[in-house]
Amino acid sequence: MNDELSTAMPGAGFAEPRAGLSAAPGGSPDDSIESLAGRQVALIDLLDRLLNGGAVLTGDLVLSVADVDLVHINLRAVIRSITSEEPAPW
Amino acid sequence: MTAEVDPVTESAMSYVYAVSRAGTPLDEALAGRPGLEGGPLRAVRAGELMALVSSVPSALYGTEGMKAQMEDLGRLEVLARTHHAVVEAAYEHAAVLPMRLATVYLDDERVRGMLGEREPEFTALLDRLNDHVELGVKVYADPREAVTVSSGGPETDTAASPGRAYLQRRRAQQQNHRRTYRAAGAVASEVTARVAGIAAAHVTHRPQQGDLAQAAGENIVNDAYLVHGSQADAFRAALAGLADDTPGVRVEITGPWAPYSFATPPAPGGGGTR
Repeated sequence: MNDELSTAMPGAGFAEPRAGLSAAPGGSPDDSIESLAGRQVALIDLLDRLLNGGAVLTGDLVLSVADVDLVHINLRAVIRSITSEEPAPW
Repeated sequence: MTAEVDPVTESAMSYVYAVSRAGTPLDEALAGRPGLEGGPLRAVRAGELMALVSSVPSALYGTEGMKAQMEDLGRLEVLARTHHAVVEAAYEHAAVLPMRLATVYLDDERVRGMLGEREPEFTALLDRLNDHVELGVKVYADPREAVTVSSGGPETDTAASPGRAYLQRRRAQQQNHRRTYRAAGAVASEVTARVAGIAAAHVTHRPQQGDLAQAAGENIVNDAYLVHGSQADAFRAALAGLADDTPGVRVEITGPWAPYSFATPPAPGGGGTR
């Protein structure tokens, strides 16, 4: 279902990582967000930090800390299933 | 998540990228710049703190939507890279406490409430992280590379019978494997020793594996160090050439990063995931 949905989604342009970021509207003269984003770091290094690090807040949090672990598991399944068919682009 | 939801008219939630002290250049620096889904960034202030926030459609960032995003690697990557781009840009202007991915509040009022509640803890963390960067250090063991480098060493006995030659090769492989991992372990200890006087703190991440871990060899150490900005060069210098003479062992340094790995305060009473 994900395939169909994601192409039908309004934000489908974001499916291309670089395009999504550089296509951000505004074109402000100071484009440090875009240039920094252009300095691509390895996704796995980023996920280490964004899923294990970062300040964890509570409240309206959509995903609790426990859910992040769940995400990790789901994530690995996704990573395997994706890369077995088509190599990831990085 | 339903496909017919129109994110433009649908209600919005507040996605938090980072927290910083109020009254720094960051207050105005990024306002209006695009965040997730192109939504403009804004500062939400409470007391001494400010949160860098943008509005995201509830349909995509509510519980179900977020789970779907996280399970779709392409969308997860956009989410992670956009979050990171905002944090990086913010951290050019002020010390920031990066939030974990997918930190979403119902509205700005709740964000303000959270800032008020956690102010003592966050200001203490921000003080500690001020002027510091995070550097990643990864150590890899790659026995196959060790073999390529050291071939030319003692060859197997060419006169031996095929079976015996096979066993000799196997044994050589196993020895090489053990030697490489031992050497990698020694390099890892040497890393710790060399940066002990330079780094302010140290966190161990799980070694990277799976299909996203594309580097050659096996990752045996995946650590993060908190280093004062003025010491970053000294940190790199201390590790320069460390594994150059150790075939099959590689050291990689990543960063500087915003201090993601040091933004998680010791869990007050809940189970931290580290």
